[in-house]
Amino acid sequence: MIYLDHAATTPMRPEVWEAMAPYGSDSFGNPAGFHGASRSAKNALEEARERIAAAIGAQPMEIVFTSGGTESDNLALKGAVYNSSPARGLVTTTVEHEAVLETGYFLERIGMPVTILGVDSEARVDPDRVAAAVSDETAVVSVMAVNNETGTVQDLSVISRVVKDVNPRALVHSDAVQAFSSESIDVGAMGLDLLSLTAHKFGGPKGAGILYVRDGTALEPVMHGGGQELGRRSGTNDVASAVGIATAMELAVADRARFGSEIGAIRDSFENDLKDRLNVVVNTPGKGRSSHHLNVRFPGVLNETLLMLLDQRGVYASAGSACQSGAATVSHVLEGMGLAPGQARESVRFTFGWTSTADEAAEAAGIVSELVDRLA
Amino acid sequence: MRVLVAMSGGVDSSVAAALMKDEGHDVMGVTLKLWSGPKGEAPTAGCCTVSDAEDARRVAAQLDIPYYVLDHTEDFRGGVVDRFVADYASGRTPNPCIECNRTVKFDRLLSRLDDFECDVLVTGHHARTRLVDGVWHLRRGEDHAKDQSYVLSMLTQRELSRTRFPVGELTKKEVRRIAAGMGMRTAHKPESMDICFVGQRDYRGFLHDVAPQVFESGSVVDTDGREVGTHRGVAGFTIGQRRGIGVAVGEPRFVIKIDAGTSTVVVGSREDLGVNEVDLEQVTWTSGSSRDGDVMAQYRAHGEPVAAAIHGTKLGFMERQEAVAPGQTVAFYDDDVVLGGALIASTA
Repeated sequence: MIYLDHAATTPMRPEVWEAMAPYGSDSFGNPAGFHGASRSAKNALEEARERIAAAIGAQPMEIVFTSGGTESDNLALKGAVYNSSPARGLVTTTVEHEAVLETGYFLERIGMPVTILGVDSEARVDPDRVAAAVSDETAVVSVMAVNNETGTVQDLSVISRVVKDVNPRALVHSDAVQAFSSESIDVGAMGLDLLSLTAHKFGGPKGAGILYVRDGTALEPVMHGGGQELGRRSGTNDVASAVGIATAMELAVADRARFGSEIGAIRDSFENDLKDRLNVVVNTPGKGRSSHHLNVRFPGVLNETLLMLLDQRGVYASAGSACQSGAATVSHVLEGMGLAPGQARESVRFTFGWTSTADEAAEAAGIVSELVDRLA
Repeated sequence: MRVLVAMSGGVDSSVAAALMKDEGHDVMGVTLKLWSGPKGEAPTAGCCTVSDAEDARRVAAQLDIPYYVLDHTEDFRGGVVDRFVADYASGRTPNPCIECNRTVKFDRLLSRLDDFECDVLVTGHHARTRLVDGVWHLRRGEDHAKDQSYVLSMLTQRELSRTRFPVGELTKKEVRRIAAGMGMRTAHKPESMDICFVGQRDYRGFLHDVAPQVFESGSVVDTDGREVGTHRGVAGFTIGQRRGIGVAVGEPRFVIKIDAGTSTVVVGSREDLGVNEVDLEQVTWTSGSSRDGDVMAQYRAHGEPVAAAIHGTKLGFMERQEAVAPGQTVAFYDDDVVLGGALIASTA
C-alpha cells in the first residue's frame, strides 16, 4: 500500500495512541467531577490544553476542545455571527472547506449578510478584495491557511491586518486544518481571533479538534448544556482525545522541519517524475504552496477511472472532494480557480505525510505514469 | 476474465457478482450514481437509492471484491431525464429505465470497460445469451415470469459480445435461495418498481417541478374534432388513460391520441383505442442484419407477445391492439429469442 492521501487523513503516530491508551482504561473519570477519578482526568485535560496552547502561541484558556475541524468551523462562524448585535455577517472565499461554505450558506438562509469572494487561478484570495468586502456589517472573516485540495498558502498576517484596518471589531478566523503539519502556526503573528485544527490531519486521532478563541472574544455556543469549556462547548470532555491531539501537535511541531526539507523533496521528485514522463498540468501553485500537497491534471484521463485503477494497484490518492457515497465529484476549489468541470474531472490530488518515503513515491510515480500513458 | 459487475444493490446483481466470483473470475463491483436532487440528495426510490448503494457496498465487501461508486449523473440527465421530459412534452410515453439501459449502462459504462481493464460487463438482468455459430443470441430468462429481455431488446452484437447475465439462467426463487444460503443482506429484498428520479409520487408532479413549460393548456376534443373540454398540458396524459380526463359524458372515454403541436388531447371510445399498425424508429436487430416478415411483438414490459409482421419500419398487428403509445419500446421475438427492438414513432 502506498498511501498518498494524507490530506484526507493521516496514519496515527504510535506515540499518540500510547499516550491516549490510559484514558481508555484505568483513567476513565469525568474531568468535571468531584472525586479522585475526576481529578486525574481533569489534570490530564488541563495539561493537554497547556501543551496545545504552547504549540500555537496561545494561552491555555484560549483553547476550546471540539470534535474536529467541522465543529470548530461551525462554532467559530455561527458563534461569532449569533453573538453580534445587531446581527452582522460573514466574509469568506469560494475555495473554503465545506464546513465553512455550508455554514455560510446556512447563515445566508437565516438572513445574515454573507459575502463569498472569488480567488485567482492559484486559489488565492487577494487581500485587497477581502478589505473591500469588509464593512461595519461584518462579524467574522474566514480564510483557510492552506487549501486542502491544492496546498495554496494564504498570507493570513496580511489578511488579518487589512480586515482590522477596515473594521477592528470584525473577527478573523482561519481553518488551518491542512496547515499544521508543515506551516508554522502562531496565532499572534497571524493576527487571528479564531483558528480551527483537527488532530487526524497530523498523526492524531479522529474526532479530536480544537478551536482557538482569542481571550476576550465572545462566541455564542453551538452546543448548549453543562457549560464545559467555559460555556463555549458543552459536553463531557473526551480526555483521551485531548491527550491525543496535544501529543500529536508536539510530535508534528518537532517533525515540521522535516516536512520543509525531506517530505517536500519527496513531493517535488514525485512531481518532477510525472512531468518528465507525462503530459501533466500542475494545479498546485508554483510559489506559496505547502510542502505536501500536489494537485495535477492529466488531460484526457478521467480521474475516476485513474483512481480506481490506482486503488487496485495499491496506490491511494483522491479527487480532492468526495460525496457521502464515495463517488468523485467536481471539485469546487478547482472550479473556483477557473478550471472547467471537465478539467476538474481530470485532476487528482496526491498528498504526502509523515510516513511518506522517497522509494514509495518513485514507485507510485511509475505506476501513475504507466496508467496515464494507457488511458490518455 | 476480469469482470465488471453493475451492482444496483438488489438481490439479482448481488448473486450475479457472487456467481462470477465462484467461477474464478477477477471481479469488481460498481454502482452507478445516476441522479441527485436539486440539493445533491440521493434518490429514495427506484433501483439506485442511498441504501441500495450501501447494500451493494456491503455485498461487495462480503464477496471481498473491489467496489466503487461511479458518477454518471451527467450521462443520465442528458440521456434519460431530459429525454423523459421531452417525450412527455411531445405527447409520447417514454420508458426511462430502457433509456437508462441503452444510453448509460450498455453504452457509457460498456465503453469504459477497456479503461477499467475488464473483459466483460455483468448485470443482474433476467435474460440469457448464447453464442451460436459466431453470433450472440439474446433469449428470455429461464424464469419467464421475471424475464427482462424486453428491456434489453435494443442490444446488438457490440454489446452482447461483452455482456453476461448469469442470473438469467436461474429462476428468481433459485437466485434468492443462493443469496440466502450465502447470508446476503439482499436475499429477501423486495424489487424496485419506481422510477428513481420521480420517486414514489406521480410522474406529473416531477414534470411540474422540472419542466413547468410542458403544462400548456389546450383542448380535449372527440374523434369528430368537437371540443368537449380543456386540459392543463398534454404531458399529463398517456394513451389509453381513462381517469382524470375531465370530460363528463355518458360512456367511458379514453385518451386515444395526443397532439403536442396543437396541444390537443383526443378522446374516444374503447373501440377507438384500437391500433392495427405502428411506425417504428430506432429499429435495431440483435444479429446486426435486418429482416422482414412474421415476428412475435411485445410492446409492454410485462405484456404478452402478439403476432405481427414487420416490413422496414412498419409493424402490422394480426389482431387490433389497444393502448399502444408512441415512445413505447416494442421487442421482436422468435419463440424466446430476441430478434430486435424499436421505438414506436406513431400509430395508425
